[in-house]
Amino acid sequence: MFVLVEMVDTVRIPPWSFHRQLNEAIAEELNKKLANKVVYNVGLCVCLYDVTKLEDSFIFPGDGASHTKVHFRYVVFHPFLDEILVGKIKGCSAEGVHVSLGLFDDIIIPPESLQQPAKFDEAEQLWVWEYETDEGAHDLFMDRGEDIRFRVVDEVFIDTSPTGPSTEKEAPSAATAPPAGAEDSAPQKEAPYTLIVRILDIAIMSI
Amino acid sequence: MEVRDANAAMLSNYEVYQLLTDLKEKRKEMVKNKHSTGQQNLNTIMYETLKYLSKTPCAHQNPDTVKEFLTAMLPHKLTKAEKLQLFNHRPQTAVEIQLMVEESEERLTEEQIDELIQKVTDVLPGDPQKAGTMVLTENIRLDLPSRTLLKLQAKA
Repeated sequence: MFVLVEMVDTVRIPPWSFHRQLNEAIAEELNKKLANKVVYNVGLCVCLYDVTKLEDSFIFPGDGASHTKVHFRYVVFHPFLDEILVGKIKGCSAEGVHVSLGLFDDIIIPPESLQQPAKFDEAEQLWVWEYETDEGAHDLFMDRGEDIRFRVVDEVFIDTSPTGPSTEKEAPSAATAPPAGAEDSAPQKEAPYTLIVRILDIAIMSI
Repeated sequence: MEVRDANAAMLSNYEVYQLLTDLKEKRKEMVKNKHSTGQQNLNTIMYETLKYLSKTPCAHQNPDTVKEFLTAMLPHKLTKAEKLQLFNHRPQTAVEIQLMVEESEERLTEEQIDELIQKVTDVLPGDPQKAGTMVLTENIRLDLPSRTLLKLQAKA
């Protein structure tokens, strides 16, 4: 579930922190920068593991702070393909079942990966597995808050860095008035890191 | 910022749990001097991860467990990822082992699977509270939510 990632970065220590031990100040700055953040194509950073190398600190003209190049290792949440994990069902939508691990929320089970046949119950807003036996059909619900075991099938990284201002040419008359019916006025939040998983399909053993 | 190696090493849940508990202790001592507000993200992720990991088997493990487990797993020829999964999950049934070990029907016979379960149960400490209760859920699907399990049990 967790991996160690080796990274290199230049850490800026402001002058009011000069009284602190360099190692501590650097650890705090790195945690401030990376903890609980997703790094593109790497995963969700959890906390600093250790500092492997500290290069010389420099002070540049115009800025009183010291800049130090640091080689360090960071603990990152990045489950490998086909890993088995246990999470809680957060809710269901038409896109599938949303599962949460507490520390990481963007896990989705697409409808194709649920036990077949499955249908979405609009009234309860839950996915239901219609289980056929000799005696008749049973409806098995994916309730919220239930523990669920799943296997990681795919991961999706989206680069959510801010894009520049739009360069579309607008007619001079419309330039002053705000565009009517702007669909993109509300920024759409996309999860930078999503896990696509499949529910574990084990054949039922005799009870 | 530059990423030198995105996969330098795999960490078991136990190692991360140890690291976070030590970090929490150190931070508790430091907070006595001053309270920093910039560490909210770190606090959040530490709290959530500790909450999640304390419910997994890794909360009951210690450094000797790791060594014992790895030596016990030597004769079985499992890949690193499979050993890591067994260590993190502590499977109790043959079904779980089949899920974690790839192509288990070809690589492991039934006796070997039972041997694995036995070793895992012996070497890895389980939840002391649950140890007393009987394993009644052996033959029931492990991935279903409990409402469905009750229905299945009621049916039988």
